[in-house]
Amino acid sequence: MDFAIPNYYIAIPEMFVLGMVCLVLVIDLFMTDKSRTVTYLLSQTTLVGAAVLTFTTFSYETQFAFSNTFVRDAMGDVLKGFIYLSIFFVFLYARPYLQQRNLFKGEYYVLGLFAVLGMMVMVSAQSLLTIYLGLEMLALSLYAMVALKRDSIEASESAMKYFILGALASGMLLYGMSMLYGATQSLDLAVISQQAVNSDMPLVMVFGLVFIVVGVAFKLGAVPFHMWVPDVYQGSPTAVTLFIGSAPKIAAFAMVMRLLVDGLSSMHIHWQDMFIILSVLSLAVGNIFAIAQTNIKRMLAYSTIAHMGFLMLGVLSGTKEGYSAAMFYTIVYAMMSVGAFGMIILLSRAGFEADQLNDFKGLNDKSPWFALVMLILMFSMAGVPPFLGFWAKVSVLKELVHIDMTWLAVVAVVFSIIGAFYYLRIIKIMYFDKMEDSSQISHSLDLRIALSANGLAILVLGLLPGPLMALCAATFGL
Amino acid sequence: MIALSDYLTVSAILFGISMAGIFINRKNMIILLMSIELMLLAVNINFVAFSHYLGDSAGQVFVFFILTVAAAEAAIGLAILVVLFRNRRTINVQDMDSLKG
Repeated sequence: MDFAIPNYYIAIPEMFVLGMVCLVLVIDLFMTDKSRTVTYLLSQTTLVGAAVLTFTTFSYETQFAFSNTFVRDAMGDVLKGFIYLSIFFVFLYARPYLQQRNLFKGEYYVLGLFAVLGMMVMVSAQSLLTIYLGLEMLALSLYAMVALKRDSIEASESAMKYFILGALASGMLLYGMSMLYGATQSLDLAVISQQAVNSDMPLVMVFGLVFIVVGVAFKLGAVPFHMWVPDVYQGSPTAVTLFIGSAPKIAAFAMVMRLLVDGLSSMHIHWQDMFIILSVLSLAVGNIFAIAQTNIKRMLAYSTIAHMGFLMLGVLSGTKEGYSAAMFYTIVYAMMSVGAFGMIILLSRAGFEADQLNDFKGLNDKSPWFALVMLILMFSMAGVPPFLGFWAKVSVLKELVHIDMTWLAVVAVVFSIIGAFYYLRIIKIMYFDKMEDSSQISHSLDLRIALSANGLAILVLGLLPGPLMALCAATFGL
Repeated sequence: MIALSDYLTVSAILFGISMAGIFINRKNMIILLMSIELMLLAVNINFVAFSHYLGDSAGQVFVFFILTVAAAEAAIGLAILVVLFRNRRTINVQDMDSLKG
């Protein structure tokens, strides 16, 4: 019997994170509420350690391990790097919020790190099985995190909605996977992509593809499979919304790339049409419904839906330039989203969530600096130059024009302009409305510094977008 | 001899029942959890049938993973259900309306 020892070396970051989560889980048992900071610091160390391991073993070469179920390539490593970075900021922002609400327990960090591990597995998946396992690891951790605030009616309701719709999406995805398996006789995405070219069962392939696209659309939160997004964003504690809104989007992008581009690129013509419908609907519903919201978390949820529409526009182009534009867009979106939810945490305090638009009234009088940071974030989300979000939108639109889908680019621009209204409204509220609540911002220095750095990064990278764009392009060999 | 298509038909019917269970049901939340389990079992039938007719064991390995994950999922689902019942004193689907907009 042939029994080769797998190439463990390329999965070192995953193994390190797994070991550290178990360690955090055990060490947390011996911590009192006062010494819980140790858990927090260990979690941050895990992320830093994983980043160091990923970059010391980085190579542009694509390597496989574990009977071709696991892949390590440049795209995966770059995405993992940004997952660590955004979760590092998430943990940093979340700490004061959790402390003030008696939620500062080990569970948040353990579940968070398990979710990171799930995302890493998803990013590195090379077979249907690993995609499914990574996805479920992420999703199951997130369901539990949403319900973290056990005595809250909204949180438990949104956890239930998230769970039901998430499980439904997984079921759809699995049904599609079973059809693909039947048509191609393999779970390996590389084999599937070879078989798909000359499959003797093209109809079964398309049938499976439809279910897979539906499952992926659920996970991305694309219209008409977006029902869970606003409820979950609004209902869960802001520290968890912050988590859901950032790195999982990067992982979802990776899933789209692995499943539809690595695995089913020969069926591009079929899923391109489905993606056009999904993205136009997402842009329309996301941008128009966001205008009607008074809760800022719910508004940002609709804005997420619109941003996911843009992401799909990049992917549907089917060119390497388009994929790198979509990757750039995802990374930029994760950075902006972390910053925006971080601002809500900055304004909140014990017993006050600061999740209404009116809670931002007169922020400029209270703290001109953080009003400026929020202004940068909102302009960037709206796509105003010279901020980073502008370049993300431009690179996606440029690719659409390249592949002669100018009408789609026009639709995207029109809806972005409609969307600019609700971003600008926040800026108007901050600068021109009278302050209602005169309490000072009393958060610790690390949150202030991190949030300032986040805002400045968006400004500086917006002025010099070259390196980040080049990095995304390089991962696709451009 | 039972043909592959028979298995696929059974699985499609089960999948359809579970979808109907999720979308038509307006009463009890536990029925939703049962529908989700049924959906995963329908997928399992697909995988086992394909695996048998293709003579490839990878599909059956996948089924073991799905069963394990389904168990974990049911555990989390029921835990959330208990939290929900403690807070709201009801598990009626129609009462889940505090988040809107």
